Amino acid sequence: MRINEHPILNFEKGSKVKFYYNGQALEGYEGETIAAALHANGVRTMRESIHLHRPRGLFCNIGNCSSCLMVVDGKPNVRVCVEKLRAGMYVETQKGKGELK
Amino acid sequence: MRQTEICIIGGGPAGLTAALKAANLGASVTVIDRNDYLGGQLIKQTHRFFGSKQQRASERGINIAKELAEAVHNHDKITVFTGATVLGYYKDGVITVEHNEKLITIKPAKAIVATGGAEKNLLFPNNDLPGIYGAGAVQTLVNVYGVKPGKRVLMVGAGNIGVIVSYQLLQAGIEVVAIIEAAPKIGAYWVHASKVVRAGVPIYTKHTIKRAWGEKEVAGATIVQLDDNWQPVPGTEMDLDVDVICLSVGLSPLTELLWQAGCEMKFVPELGGHVPIRNQQLETTVAGVYVAGDVGGIEEASAAMMEGALAGLNAAKALGYDAPDFKEQQADVIKELTGLRSGPVGEKILHGMAKVVR
Amino acid sequence: MLAQNGIPTPKDIAQVMPNADRLAKGPVAMAECFQNIPCDPCYHSCKRQAIQPFKDINERPQIDHQKCNGCGLCLMRCPGLAIFIIDETYSEQQALVKLPYEYLPLPGVGEVVAAVNRAGEIVGEAKVVKVQSGQNLDGTSVVWLAVPKDLSMEVRHFKIKGVR
Repeated sequence: MRINEHPILNFEKGSKVKFYYNGQALEGYEGETIAAALHANGVRTMRESIHLHRPRGLFCNIGNCSSCLMVVDGKPNVRVCVEKLRAGMYVETQKGKGELK
Repeated sequence: MRQTEICIIGGGPAGLTAALKAANLGASVTVIDRNDYLGGQLIKQTHRFFGSKQQRASERGINIAKELAEAVHNHDKITVFTGATVLGYYKDGVITVEHNEKLITIKPAKAIVATGGAEKNLLFPNNDLPGIYGAGAVQTLVNVYGVKPGKRVLMVGAGNIGVIVSYQLLQAGIEVVAIIEAAPKIGAYWVHASKVVRAGVPIYTKHTIKRAWGEKEVAGATIVQLDDNWQPVPGTEMDLDVDVICLSVGLSPLTELLWQAGCEMKFVPELGGHVPIRNQQLETTVAGVYVAGDVGGIEEASAAMMEGALAGLNAAKALGYDAPDFKEQQADVIKELTGLRSGPVGEKILHGMAKVVR
Repeated sequence: MLAQNGIPTPKDIAQVMPNADRLAKGPVAMAECFQNIPCDPCYHSCKRQAIQPFKDINERPQIDHQKCNGCGLCLMRCPGLAIFIIDETYSEQQALVKLPYEYLPLPGVGEVVAAVNRAGEIVGEAKVVKVQSGQNLDGTSVVWLAVPKDLSMEVRHFKIKGVR
């Protein structure tokens, strides 16, 4: 969900791009974080906890806490709260610790 | 290996002010920040600041961030690395940095650590569900990216951050169902509290969150009243229909680099956790390593800017830089800082400072 | 109690309220600032020195209501949005309450809105007389509400019907 009007702020957006979330095509704006683009599409779950497989989302949103790790273009453990969205990105829910290929 | 006279780690209000003060005295300065922009958490502060005229009172934090960042970028004595994460501080005074997936090493004559703080979490059942955020996290989502976290929010904590973020959520058109606070008193400035209350958001002091509800995401919360001994009062539970829970229960200083550098640290609850012992010049027990802002004790942005100014002046002075009005500049900053902390709200900070300033 | 629920008590309000004589003479500022916090823009903003100089930045504003002409400069500068202008001479039945407002949408002039008190409760109706906004106000609009005279010390916010 996006904010359409704001009394103080003007949101400058990059160009509209398509990206993929677990295979599903979504739209976001270039230059915003992956987490912001996912939230704008109503997606708040980013990964599964390692042992109990509980859903995990965003917590600090500034790159501190590692709650939001996802697999981005095949690379695991990407902090999507600080990683910027680019056209055609492939973003997946991370399960487990992730493996570098 | 890069050489610089003063390396400043963290480009928020403290770091940027430190950089400008030191560079204006003539020192060559390198500012490192892990974000790809300067300004730190100032870039989402849409409210007008308190403080004195000199501390830009009544200006919005976002505008202060813009001005400071511009001045730093345009200063010919300052080199800026954004998108650069400091990885370590080594015994020989070398700082290692990851920048664009490459390793940089820097050996500064002096370092100013201005890494800020991190939001604390709170223990309660289901506190790991998606939809539970730090209040600052939601502030970033809403004010930087223009994206809503959900529809109906419970704010836990009525300190300045909790109440200000609640106000900002209202401004973004998001409903805030309630603000709860475990303490018997509102910690935020009362004017902030009055502002959200008249807009229809109740503040319940002596209340805490008992649990969050939901399978895959937050679907609700139960709050409960606390007695004078901070124990839940049976039968006072209230279920709230919310899809977002914001935790605003304090910050802790981000001190990893100071530990690595070997600074003597002390646990000071009034300052938010472990903080470095420092002298009046803001120099830690490791010679040449200074601190400024929240990393030395959780306070607020105006104080962080004043501490930054002080650390910047002192670090440059220690390198032999001077100005005809150096003493006045220094006295001015100390006066402002003392003023900020002299009222009833500054008491806690002063208690904390007394334990670590030698 | 203010410290418990964010709502100033009638006793708090009585401390900062202009007296009846002054209210009868025209617009005047009322600073609903009840806590010693480090903040002083109101004092710097006043061109008539009606707000007494701060010896310490943590002082609360003391308005000399006789010197104050209700110009509203302090209202626009107060970071706490805690200053209001009251004009009880607006008309026979109505008083004007000028308040800072940082939400969208802005109400239209002539629009009837729900008048809200300090506790967030609707206490009646108000008519929007004027809306001051613009770049130099930097996002803080000033909304002029005409309210029944007996509500001039109650109404401190409003709700646009059907919006919020």
